[in-house]
Amino acid sequence: MAKILLEMRNITKTFPGVKALDNVNFKVEEGEIHALVGENGAGKSTLMNVLSGIYPYGTYEGDIVYDGNVCQFHNIKDSEKLGIVIIHQELALVPEMTIGENMYLGNERGHKLAIDWNTTYSEADKYLKMVGLSESSKVQVKNIGTGKQQLVEIAKALAKKARLLILDEPTSSLNEEDSRALLDLMLEFKKQGMTMIIISHKLNEVAYVADTITVVRDGATIETIDNHGTEQVSEERIIKGMVGREMTNRFPKREGVTIGDVQLEINNWTVHHPLYPERKVVDDVSMYVRKGEVVGIYGLMGAGRTELAMSIFGQSYGTNISGEMKIDGKPVKMKKSEADAIKHKIAYVTEDRKGNGLVLSQSIKVNTSLAHLDAISSHTVIDGDKEYAVAEEYRDKLKIKTPTVEQLVGNLSGGNQQKVLLAKWMFAEPDIMLLDEPTRGIDVGAKYEIYCIINDLAAAGKSVVMISSELPEVLGMSDRIYIMNEGKFVGEMKAEEATQESIMAVILQSGRGA
Amino acid sequence: MNENKMSVGAFFQKYTMVIALVVVVMFFAIATNGGSLKPGSINNLISQNGYVFVLAAGMLLCILTGGNIDLSVGSVVCFAAAVGCVLMDNKVNMWIAVIAMLGIGLAIGTFQGFWIAKLHVPAFIATLSGMYAFRGLSNVVLQGYRVDITNSTFLFLFGSGRTSYIPDFIKQMTGSESSLNLTCLIFGIAATVIYILMTVRKILVQKKLNIHQSIIGQSITTLLISAVILFLTWQMASYRGIPMVLIWIALVLGIYQYITTKTAMGRHLYAVGGNEKATALSGVKTRNVYWFAYASIGLMAGLAGILTAARAKGIDPTYGEGYEMDAIASCFIGGASAYGGVGKVSGMIIGAVLMGVINQGMNMVGVDSNYQKVVKGLVLLLAVVFDVLSKRQKR
Repeated sequence: MAKILLEMRNITKTFPGVKALDNVNFKVEEGEIHALVGENGAGKSTLMNVLSGIYPYGTYEGDIVYDGNVCQFHNIKDSEKLGIVIIHQELALVPEMTIGENMYLGNERGHKLAIDWNTTYSEADKYLKMVGLSESSKVQVKNIGTGKQQLVEIAKALAKKARLLILDEPTSSLNEEDSRALLDLMLEFKKQGMTMIIISHKLNEVAYVADTITVVRDGATIETIDNHGTEQVSEERIIKGMVGREMTNRFPKREGVTIGDVQLEINNWTVHHPLYPERKVVDDVSMYVRKGEVVGIYGLMGAGRTELAMSIFGQSYGTNISGEMKIDGKPVKMKKSEADAIKHKIAYVTEDRKGNGLVLSQSIKVNTSLAHLDAISSHTVIDGDKEYAVAEEYRDKLKIKTPTVEQLVGNLSGGNQQKVLLAKWMFAEPDIMLLDEPTRGIDVGAKYEIYCIINDLAAAGKSVVMISSELPEVLGMSDRIYIMNEGKFVGEMKAEEATQESIMAVILQSGRGA
Repeated sequence: MNENKMSVGAFFQKYTMVIALVVVVMFFAIATNGGSLKPGSINNLISQNGYVFVLAAGMLLCILTGGNIDLSVGSVVCFAAAVGCVLMDNKVNMWIAVIAMLGIGLAIGTFQGFWIAKLHVPAFIATLSGMYAFRGLSNVVLQGYRVDITNSTFLFLFGSGRTSYIPDFIKQMTGSESSLNLTCLIFGIAATVIYILMTVRKILVQKKLNIHQSIIGQSITTLLISAVILFLTWQMASYRGIPMVLIWIALVLGIYQYITTKTAMGRHLYAVGGNEKATALSGVKTRNVYWFAYASIGLMAGLAGILTAARAKGIDPTYGEGYEMDAIASCFIGGASAYGGVGKVSGMIIGAVLMGVINQGMNMVGVDSNYQKVVKGLVLLLAVVFDVLSKRQKR
């Protein structure tokens, strides 16, 4: 058996009122990739924060044994000194600064009062090459894509002489291609002897990359699954540990839905980039959706899916939008106004619930009514009682877990926030719902509930467009699938005819043709 | 229900500023041997700080949109008042002068709001330029000199002199010999009764809708506020009655309380400050929200100009300097977030009263005016630090 590099013994961490970690034991062997999986709020990030010294020694109980010694980390610097480096889920790069400046931020080369820029950039370039980036370290971070930014984060970690690298949801903002490249890079590092811990929701990735998988549930380690063998652990096996029961069907059946007439139709829809008007972001797209139908739009990130949806929603994205839009068969000229889109009974549920969707500093109640205040007010004066009743109704309907609708949305878990976002748009009483990545970053249980809500919407005769970059989800939930690549629709398939392979094949083919 | 039970810590967190206010009031009451609680002092507190309440109400809306402030209000107060005073000095009808002052405030607010809302000029800069420009224009209008007001109706309605009280018509009608101002007493009692009835209605509706709010907590709050109203009523009734300024303050605070809690525009103000993008995607015309906030504070600056000129019985080119800071400080002490989206009229009132009480108390105790500024600065810092710390504990 290989040497144990890290052992966390009987870790207990309490927040006021909550026991976030309860007597957790966690072992990592030297030179392995160890995955930490669990639902949101299970305690994965807390455990890693204890390890990296973000929660300093003394604020938790238990021991951290690293490389044979019991350690007391008082801050991140302490753990980094020993080569424990954490890369957080949210990228922590300063867009206006260069890659090199970012990599050595807080760790400057040369003297504190006289930075040695030559060393900075030459060393930075060396590490960039190691992660397979060809960019110069003098390029500003804002000029490279998210995928490359993630690689810069890794290069930054390497520059700190990482021995144990912790990656918290490293692929959550990457498309399939970049994700795969990142995972392969991890495997490459493993060959070179690096030890890594990966936290991820994407179980296929975990199964692909990890040697050992530890499942965390409700602040405790439930089990450790060995994945050394030739046969990959099945996702169902991991899910079982995460939710504590067998999930026989990840996608609920839609029953008794009759698909009606075409509700929304767009033809030759073209959208140009708002800053670079010569660039077409959406190129000559035609699509339709029927009442009671769930239409999936699958594409890699950057394919123009979000832009398409937002341009339909009152031209909230893009310039020089051309093409024809029909609602219920009648041509519609929509103004450049979100209010106008709502009036035409369209709703756009954003992929970025914190950034574009919810007012985190306000209550569930306030968020629920925000897009449709007219319905609960007369002459712009809000009827507070009615508003409360509405919020309660949706809390019930969507099973939002909260003691009261006065709870601030910022205090809710991701899944519950997503439900509030859905509640807000369902209350706006749309006929057409454009759902952009409705299950991003939420745990398996909450996903299932969101799928049920989508089915209910279809059953109520709404036209649902679901944008997603998770293939199983698109396949499991849609009646019909459009495949989008580089601004164009490159394929359309019936769900029962489509498979993961056939969809990827369409995308690859279209890429070659271009 | 369990989650409505508040721990002692949470209680202190929620009512920090109220507690601070009570402590400060008691401190000065002791330090001045009860002088600061005498009817005359309370009257002074109201009339001296009339402009703060009015401006802070407007400022709160600006701050809600995202921590934006309006630096120009001090200058606008002076400019609007200057124009009004010059008009009245030239024998123009008083009401025309009043409308002109309010109109000028509103127009300036709309003008500045235009740049902020439509052209995305940072509010700080747009209003900083206004602060310079309207100070200069005040000087131009006044030609560098003080202009006095002699119109007695104007002074009665907006001033805070001996005459500016609501006449005790009830006493006159009944011919009572009481030493108390009966009108004031009846008004105060009526206000208390209405307030209690409203709370009762609220609790009944909550019951009906199955809203679980702590009834005991609400009752205690209501009783305490009622007690304060009755105490103030008694003090004012045994002095000269209801000062006119109080009417204007109450009117403004009432309207702003209504706007922020009951109207769609109020909701939009909070939403824009909390997350502008999400609000825009909800179909709200966010730029108009900014415009509204700045137009509203302009109007309030006009009203504050009227009150300031009437209190001083004239206007001087230096009047209004630093008023913007008093308004901003009141909002922040009252718990408004410097990032926007959080803040209440009730909090702002507490902030303004706290500042006023400290000011007046220090005057009565005889603290040097330079040190008074130091104390005010520290109070602002402490209030915000406390706010930041208490929020951090929650996480």
